[in-house]
Amino acid sequence: MITIENLHAQVEGKKILNGIDLDVKPGEVHAIMGPNGSGKSTLSSVIAGHHDYEVTEGTMLLEGEDLSEISAEERAHKGIFLSFQYPVEIPGVSVTNFIKTAINANRKAHGLENMPANEMLKKIREKSALLEIDSRFLSRSLNEGFSGGEKKRNEIFQMAMLEPKLSILDETDSGLDIDALKIVANGVNKLRSKDNAIVVITHYQRLLEYIVPDFVHVLFDGKIVKSGTKDLALELEAKGYDWIKELA
Amino acid sequence: MAYTEEELKKELETKEYEYGFYTDIDSETFPIGLSEEIVERISAKKNEPEWMTQWRLEAFRAWKKMDEPDWANVHYKKPDFQAISYYSAPLKKDKYESIDEVDPELLATFEKLGISLDEQKKLAGVAVDIVVDSVSVATTFKKTLGEKGIIFCSISEAIQDHPELVKKYIGSVVPVKDNFYAALNSAVFSDGSFCYIPKGVRCPMELSTYFRINQAGTGQFERTLVIADESSYVSYLEGCTAPSRDENQLHAAVVELVALDHSEIKYSTVQNWYPGGKDGVGGVYNFVTKRGICHTHSKISWTQVETGSAVTWKYPSCILKGDHSTGEFYSIALTNNYQQADTGTKMVHLGKNTKSTIISKGISAGKSQNSYRGLVQVHPRATNARNFSQCDSLLMGNNCGAHTFPYIEVRNNSAQIEHEATTSKIGEDQVFYCNQRGIDPEKAIALIVNGFSKEVLNKLPMEFAVEAQKLLEISLEGSVG
Repeated sequence: MITIENLHAQVEGKKILNGIDLDVKPGEVHAIMGPNGSGKSTLSSVIAGHHDYEVTEGTMLLEGEDLSEISAEERAHKGIFLSFQYPVEIPGVSVTNFIKTAINANRKAHGLENMPANEMLKKIREKSALLEIDSRFLSRSLNEGFSGGEKKRNEIFQMAMLEPKLSILDETDSGLDIDALKIVANGVNKLRSKDNAIVVITHYQRLLEYIVPDFVHVLFDGKIVKSGTKDLALELEAKGYDWIKELA
Repeated sequence: MAYTEEELKKELETKEYEYGFYTDIDSETFPIGLSEEIVERISAKKNEPEWMTQWRLEAFRAWKKMDEPDWANVHYKKPDFQAISYYSAPLKKDKYESIDEVDPELLATFEKLGISLDEQKKLAGVAVDIVVDSVSVATTFKKTLGEKGIIFCSISEAIQDHPELVKKYIGSVVPVKDNFYAALNSAVFSDGSFCYIPKGVRCPMELSTYFRINQAGTGQFERTLVIADESSYVSYLEGCTAPSRDENQLHAAVVELVALDHSEIKYSTVQNWYPGGKDGVGGVYNFVTKRGICHTHSKISWTQVETGSAVTWKYPSCILKGDHSTGEFYSIALTNNYQQADTGTKMVHLGKNTKSTIISKGISAGKSQNSYRGLVQVHPRATNARNFSQCDSLLMGNNCGAHTFPYIEVRNNSAQIEHEATTSKIGEDQVFYCNQRGIDPEKAIALIVNGFSKEVLNKLPMEFAVEAQKLLEISLEGSVG
């Protein structure tokens, strides 16, 4: 799905990523863990194509296609989805209107007509049920006055609606209580398939009890210093991150 | 606000434009310059009664003694009033033989607005064999209106056919000496619209003046008079979302609304005059006087979407004369490139228990300057007057300006006045969020701007609102850097 080789990136002249290698295949779930400041969120922003981040070295290939010259919206059209750690508010734009605009923008990029209203309605109903979202929520302004849990649930709702190939969940567990976490994780699990891939970025092992990864990578100082299976996450939980620093 | 299934469905459906109703306007051209003789000639041309001629002359004499106002936050070269023809003929003849001769950029804009080919031809001034649909539609509508006793015609016709109504109300809300541009308009207005809704009648359709088809016929000095008799209701639409490439630089319209006891007038405007080039060259000067008077228990709502003109000077106002009367002003003013807008409202509370609401949304992009100027005035007799004002400004980039000039004058202690103001900038993080969902930067800006303007867009009649949204989007094109 995505192949990242020797990726170096900086923001405002500050080097954050120092040679990331990552290969995610269709059907796989990868978890990226690491202490604060290790570059987890930078990695997600760089994959999504945020223009504040400059790639100085290395390559990113999405299904074999080089992403370096491709804008953020085109990456979205190609199936990259980022569940934001801090979703932004857009006052006056309802959740429904936003997702409708996003879906039709993606369809347009693929030469398709706007999705018929009935089809959209059906899909919204189906996906909001999946995330236990009620219709009152859909009429609210995007993320405005949302609780932390509502924001994250809304991110996964959008993921469900857009059906991306590669989803990056950036700290989706932060700000969620255990019930909300279960709902979100359950939603994500239902969206897993042999054709798509998910990268879960998290500080804690908690989320991984519900979204079970095939691989776990530990990021430190802008590099993946250790990779393993789910057991690695448990080891980190037990031992903390200090021993990792010695590997770097 | 919870969605019902039905509302949700409605929001998802693509809305189609439906035809409104319109009036026809025709005129001719006079030599340039302004004098008593020209005023008399205009009046004679229109075969006006003596009282109307005298009224115009009175206005002209007042105008000669007045100075062009310079207190607005706009800067421009003052027009030479002797270099203008005061009687112009916009529909004199078709400009083009075929649509291939029309500016492709203009056609592209029509395309984006979803305007049909026949309408495109009409708007661009291309010869059309027959006016599609509109004749039959107009005939049907005119019959419906006639049955209810509603008068809807050009003001010239009204002067001929209903002189008692015109004589009684013209200048009653905006006196001839009110201001420089109103005086000028009173002296030389060529045409405009007249509407009278009889007692107890609810006008069954949205009335529109220059909506779409005959938009090209808008004059330089329009005069509009709307009278809602007791317990009547009318919703009136003015303007056009399609771009107006008008050669006239100066536009000075006057609109007067009279809401008699227990009546309601809803007046919606979309203004999209030529704003000038990206470099600030050219563009229309739009100096408009709009005012309504509210009698007991009546209500006037002004809703405006202003995206055009190089310079805008416009304050649709309400004189809340009657007890328990209500005035509302909902405005979106968008400026881009070198546009300048100084717009707002005046709410004058004279009666007891009068209420007013002001919602103003200013959007500034490019190197434009956007000012809100509003007056809330509570007179000593106006016990329990209430006003709520909200002025929000949205800035794009670092080279534009947003200004707010609220004036509050209260002379009655029982008044409740609230004023809220916010200024925000479109955040890069908001744009990136949209980009990440596959929405390109221009569309993202449009989405954010439409969200910002939503409270006002919601006040527009449905079809108009959909077009206005597209218009905001088109007006901001190229402002994303």
